[in-house]
Amino acid sequence: MALLEINNLGISFGGLRAVDAFNLKIEKGQLYGLIGPNGAGKTTAFNLLTGVYKPSQGRVLLDGEDITGKSVIEINRTGVARTFQNIRLFHELPVLDNVKVGLHNQMEYSTLAGILRLPKYRKVEKEMNQKAMELLKVFDLDGDAETLAGNLPYGKQRKLEIARALATNPKLLLLDEPAAGMNPNETKELMDTIRFIRDEFDMTILLIEHDMKLVGGICEELTVLSFGQILAQGETSAVLKDPKVITAYLGE
Amino acid sequence: MEFLSYLINGISLGSVFAIIALGYTMVYGIAKMLNFAHGDVIMVGSYVVFVSVNSMELPTVVSVLLSIVVCIVLGVVIEGIAYKPLRQAPKLAVLITAIGVSYFLQNVALLIFGADTKSFQSVVKADPITFAGGQVVVSVETIVTIAACIIIVLALSYFMKHSKMGRAMLAVSEDSGAAQLMGINVNRTITVTFAIGSGLAAIAGVLLCSAYPALTPYTGSMPGIKAFVAAVFGGIGSIPGALIGGILLGIIEIMGKAYISSQLADAIVFGVLIVVLIVKPTGLLGKQIQEKV
Amino acid sequence: MNMIKSMSKTTKNNAITYAMVIIAFAVVQTMVMTGNITSLMNGLLVPLCTYVILAISLNLTVGILGELSLGHAGFMCVGAFSSSIFSQLTVDVITTGWMRFSLAIILGAIMAGLFGFLVGIPVLRLKGDYLAIVTLAFGEIVKNVINAIYVGIDEAGVHFSLQDVTSLGLSETGLVLIKGPRGITGTPKDSTFVIGVILIIITLIVILNLMNSRTGRAIMSIRDNRIAAESVGINITKYKLLAFAISAALAGVAGALYAHNLSTLTALPKNFGYNMSIMILVFVVLGGIGNIRGSIIAAVVLTLIPELLRSLNDYRMLMYAIVLIVTMICTWSPKIKELRERYSLQNWIQKKKHAKEVV
Repeated sequence: MALLEINNLGISFGGLRAVDAFNLKIEKGQLYGLIGPNGAGKTTAFNLLTGVYKPSQGRVLLDGEDITGKSVIEINRTGVARTFQNIRLFHELPVLDNVKVGLHNQMEYSTLAGILRLPKYRKVEKEMNQKAMELLKVFDLDGDAETLAGNLPYGKQRKLEIARALATNPKLLLLDEPAAGMNPNETKELMDTIRFIRDEFDMTILLIEHDMKLVGGICEELTVLSFGQILAQGETSAVLKDPKVITAYLGE
Repeated sequence: MEFLSYLINGISLGSVFAIIALGYTMVYGIAKMLNFAHGDVIMVGSYVVFVSVNSMELPTVVSVLLSIVVCIVLGVVIEGIAYKPLRQAPKLAVLITAIGVSYFLQNVALLIFGADTKSFQSVVKADPITFAGGQVVVSVETIVTIAACIIIVLALSYFMKHSKMGRAMLAVSEDSGAAQLMGINVNRTITVTFAIGSGLAAIAGVLLCSAYPALTPYTGSMPGIKAFVAAVFGGIGSIPGALIGGILLGIIEIMGKAYISSQLADAIVFGVLIVVLIVKPTGLLGKQIQEKV
Repeated sequence: MNMIKSMSKTTKNNAITYAMVIIAFAVVQTMVMTGNITSLMNGLLVPLCTYVILAISLNLTVGILGELSLGHAGFMCVGAFSSSIFSQLTVDVITTGWMRFSLAIILGAIMAGLFGFLVGIPVLRLKGDYLAIVTLAFGEIVKNVINAIYVGIDEAGVHFSLQDVTSLGLSETGLVLIKGPRGITGTPKDSTFVIGVILIIITLIVILNLMNSRTGRAIMSIRDNRIAAESVGINITKYKLLAFAISAALAGVAGALYAHNLSTLTALPKNFGYNMSIMILVFVVLGGIGNIRGSIIAAVVLTLIPELLRSLNDYRMLMYAIVLIVTMICTWSPKIKELRERYSLQNWIQKKKHAKEVV
């Protein structure tokens, strides 16, 4: 059984079919790319998967469980975590706390226990601090644990967003243009990190990207969207050679 | 018949709210700030008329014009000194500054005129008109107020649609960054907005004090808040919204006073506002804005 | 290692806040005991504690949740009147003063918290300025309703009226609780400076510990980025309501403290109206949004300034207004910011350090 199975997913905004007849199958542990020109509906597809928009048709199955039309929170709890195209961090919180917000639903103590600092609070906080620090270490952010997230340099902010998403313990990780705004060196480093996450956490990753080098370098399979429709789908090297795809990207 | 005169009084009070609310709504739409000092500009305008009629013995028309000029200057000065430096500041900082300006105006008035209530002489000197065989009595103030409101709303709508400055205002309220790129002088547009809003406040002050002739340094405060409520009620940023919100609020207040409890009138007004916002979170005519993910 | 350092940083910060309150208390208490305090100042001590609690609790809504509230005085009013009624009804039943007062405070907190919860429901659907206006409306409604109603109690139960005391139709043994605009009279004077300070410390414990728990982090994450918070599974509705209700409940505590310091409790615009809400907001903003210690200092300083300026009676509110405007402009004007940056000592040192590092 595939980890993520999307059947005939679609949504319209006032008559415009932003995403139409979208089908996708991702196996566990796969690194999958979603590409397409600007306005092709990639981010909309992410928003459908994560519950930001309710699809007007189709079904989404995560690990066999139907998550179609569920709320953002429910979908996250079922095991989908994401990053955003325009970075969305908790700017006024330290880096460590950003990750600890991601661990929120794994911390089992009540508000009252927190206010009264009961032993349970101390125990859970200690465990979670460790867990958060371990995650930060993966992204080489452990040295910045106290820094406010808003004060991090851009590249590190992108990484922190991934760390925070991973903290929610997802089955599927969605990355929305993780390399946007990065220089070639940073992109290369990011590619290594993404591969590392997949191997280390046995994670399934679906990413949206414009950087063809990154997509070609790490994705095993691709889906190309254009005007909300699937243009091509399949193995990376084959898709990138597809004349239809080249036309869509470069024009006639 | 009683109902009819309450209704007319409500529309009249609502017209005053609407005129004040227009100032609120325009400033909010364009500068994206709540100008809490707006109500106090009303008070200043009323004192100007009071002084020029009572002490300087100027003709009424001249007094009213003088009051409008003073308020326009005041509005522009307030904007230039207190608000302009804060264009990039967080909303809360601007709000606190506006509160500061409000306290400032109240206390300056307190120092000059004292806390005692001045009885304001109506600027309209004519006998009330009776309808329906003496059962409905309508004061001329009421008629003038409603007429003034209609004229102002029509003029303002025309100005917004057909003048260059009006369209610049619409552009700035839509997206000030883009407007700037299109060559619109955003700062000047905001200044003009304040000037118009403050001029309207002066008119509202004269009308308000003609109908309710007690003038103190705090006169503008409550009508100011209520007009703000009216603006939110109708959908803040919208000119027809301010008109509808203001008139409905005036009617609700007068009817509430007459039929439920004069003590509870304010609670009723604010209660209706809460209900409206729960049902329609952006007010009656407000635009729904979807946050982009 | 870093973790311990970061933990100790917040802990240290909080410790300074507690120490500041305790030291200030010790100094003032010594002055009171040795009689080195003017009667004016002495009368100001309990209100001062009230304002501090109000400022800290409002900071939970404004600074930590990031929503603007203009109706904090309304919650205080709910706490004041409900606790006051409780004390009147039980003054003969519970004769132990501290126990009755504790129960009154708890009741005040629960009632205010309940109102906070109820007001919080529309809050969830609204944003920014709309929220501000709803809270403002709520505050005015509470004040207005209390000013308009007469409440009495006798063996037959509770009586309400909108007209006057006689229309309540109480029996001879009946007790009038709220006398419309004349409010409540005869509340036992249970509030003291010591109790006020204890309540400040309790408020601090609640807020500071909350901020360092999963709940507090969830609330702050909503403030910083609602969409991201939702994407990591934070229940926005739940935590907004919770923050709002806790903030209101603490305002209720302040109200109970305030009410039991007065022989006559009336819902005047100046103590429970929108002006009061604004004043508390000013404390929070000038003390630094989200900065709890700042709220305390601002509440104390800004309450004392007008009192100390009493000799300049006519001008004190004017100066207060000017202080507000000037502070805001000095903090946020880009021109002044630039000047400050150019001439600030700290920056100058930092620049030197930075220059060295670059080399």
